[in-house]
Amino acid sequence: MSRIAKTFETLRGQGRKALIPFITAGDPDPDMTLPLMQALVEGGADIIELGVPFSDPMADGPTIQRASERALQHGMSLRGVLGIVSAFRRENGNTPVVLMGYANPIEAYGTDVFARDAQAAGVDGVLVVDYPPEECVEFSASLRDHDLDPIFLLAPTSTEQRYSEVAALGSGYLYYVSLKGVTGAGHLDFDEVARRIPVIREKVGMPVGVGFGIRDAASARRIAQVADAVVIGSRIIEEIENSPRDEGPARVRAFLREIRMALDSKSGRGFEEKP
Amino acid sequence: MPMHELPYHQPDAHGHFGRYGGSFVAETLKPALDELLAAYADAQRDPAFRAEFEYDLKHYVGRPSPIYHAKRWSKLLGGAQIYLKREDLNHTGAHKVNNCIGQALLARRMGKPRVIAETGAGQHGVATATVAARYGMECCVYMGSEDIKRQAANVYRMKLLGATVVPVNSGSKTLKDALNEAMRDWVTNVGNTFYIIGTVAGPHPYPMLVRDFQTVIGTECLTQMPELAGRQPDAVIACVGGGSNAMGIFYSYIPKTDVRLIGVEAAGFGLATGKHAAPLTANSPVGVLHGNRTYLMQDENGQIIETHSISAGLDYPGVGPEHAWLKDSGRAEYVAVTDDEALAAFHALCRLEGIIPALESSHALAYAAKIAPSMSSDKLLLVNLSGRGDKDMHTVAEKSGIQF
Repeated sequence: MSRIAKTFETLRGQGRKALIPFITAGDPDPDMTLPLMQALVEGGADIIELGVPFSDPMADGPTIQRASERALQHGMSLRGVLGIVSAFRRENGNTPVVLMGYANPIEAYGTDVFARDAQAAGVDGVLVVDYPPEECVEFSASLRDHDLDPIFLLAPTSTEQRYSEVAALGSGYLYYVSLKGVTGAGHLDFDEVARRIPVIREKVGMPVGVGFGIRDAASARRIAQVADAVVIGSRIIEEIENSPRDEGPARVRAFLREIRMALDSKSGRGFEEKP
Repeated sequence: MPMHELPYHQPDAHGHFGRYGGSFVAETLKPALDELLAAYADAQRDPAFRAEFEYDLKHYVGRPSPIYHAKRWSKLLGGAQIYLKREDLNHTGAHKVNNCIGQALLARRMGKPRVIAETGAGQHGVATATVAARYGMECCVYMGSEDIKRQAANVYRMKLLGATVVPVNSGSKTLKDALNEAMRDWVTNVGNTFYIIGTVAGPHPYPMLVRDFQTVIGTECLTQMPELAGRQPDAVIACVGGGSNAMGIFYSYIPKTDVRLIGVEAAGFGLATGKHAAPLTANSPVGVLHGNRTYLMQDENGQIIETHSISAGLDYPGVGPEHAWLKDSGRAEYVAVTDDEALAAFHALCRLEGIIPALESSHALAYAAKIAPSMSSDKLLLVNLSGRGDKDMHTVAEKSGIQF
């Protein structure tokens, strides 16, 4: 069983929801990524999404684009990201790591070589933002050959036909983009999320994580009422951006703990599932 | 549409030109592209759509644009006869407006009251702002802040036409970053917004539909050349940034295999310097950017690198996927000319023919000037003069050390 599947199984047994923070590898500089990943684990992360910086992050908002630019200024590369994951794996054998990025750095690396090296480094899943299922048949096969979970996105605008395409190619979990727009955008339509998630979960037959627009404990808890996992990205990047370099990990840990506590609290007030 | 009459069937149903093209976008955009594809297919079956498009091309743009025999310049060069397809005489001063009318009519048909666009030199932005005014649509144009500095007059033109111009400060602050930003706007406002892409790049169906709307250029040439010159040209030459004017004039000639098709990229300071915008000529690696797979200027880590050209409209690290396909298939040849060569052709056309060409088009002219002297005087070169150079006064003056 993959590390991702095992993680969700354990959480299900405990009646808990997965917390999936996102940071960009190499932001604010490559030496800080490992301490930040450790801080995320200490803060309660169940899975870490590690962004592979790209010069043209079309689907991201300004916050993650700035993180990408800082990382690239420090010479971060896909090879460098895999090096960081290897180092993380030497200390942590349990927390799944999912790489999230754009197609071009992976194609420049070579898709098959990448799958091999990612597996060797201890990566668990890969989400390529600009590889929709129809452009990802071969790459998904290559990932699965190397025991890596291909993770896909679904959006509020996705048709049910697309749920099936994603179900056929993806594994691990499904990432539901909770609003129209780019990462870090403002508002979230909870009712819409609550209506869609059960349908999607049934169609795709895997855990569903929700991201884009989750910014605090309250919104995380509301989302966790219906989703299997909560993904938080831009808000954590902002925390890193606004901290003195050495205080980044401590601040990120504290921020994530708050979310963790909200997710694990049994009261679950503030969210009413609509039929 | 003409594509159905031709023995050339690209792209396939998923927008692939061989290994190029495709639809490499985040899931959030996919349904919007499917909706666009369906609307376009529907419009193609509707004679009224075609009729309205053609009406506006004739009465609003001023088509057909003439072909002009540049006799004095040809004589001076002492070889092949050079003919110019005068897209510079179109309303708004470039070929861009053909495509904008097509897409604005599609937007109206789809019930989208707001159009957005990216622009480099400002020509596509001006054309979009123009048709938005013409059809009563809200218009927002994204433009790199570097380009805004280089093209102040066009920025003002867009504002006069009622458009909002949004400066883009991310990345290299040029065309590619404007495209990123426009995509972000589209993904956020997809319900009421139509994204008018200006070139034959982007995700399927854009490379196909932009090409189809620009095909009028080459179709006119097919009848005009025999009337004016007695036969079809030996070669058709066009500049290539994203490549819409080139696809527009090439497309109808693809089945005529005795006509050479030559795309001219921007060699900037020279291919050897790395400061250029010529991914095809430089044999750049193939990659994925802005929704399609194509030749891409990138570093060894797959990061897109900054390009250079004196012409903002050619300053783009990728190229339309159909050009990538035409290069690999050998049907078209791709070459590059430097900033200085383009400038020399710019000045020659001003002085000898009384035509001020756009710096983009000057690249195609420069290549014609390069090969004409070695050809006999009964050979015919057809150059797509894709736009006029009024917008480039500032750049050319600066190069000559003149301040306004």
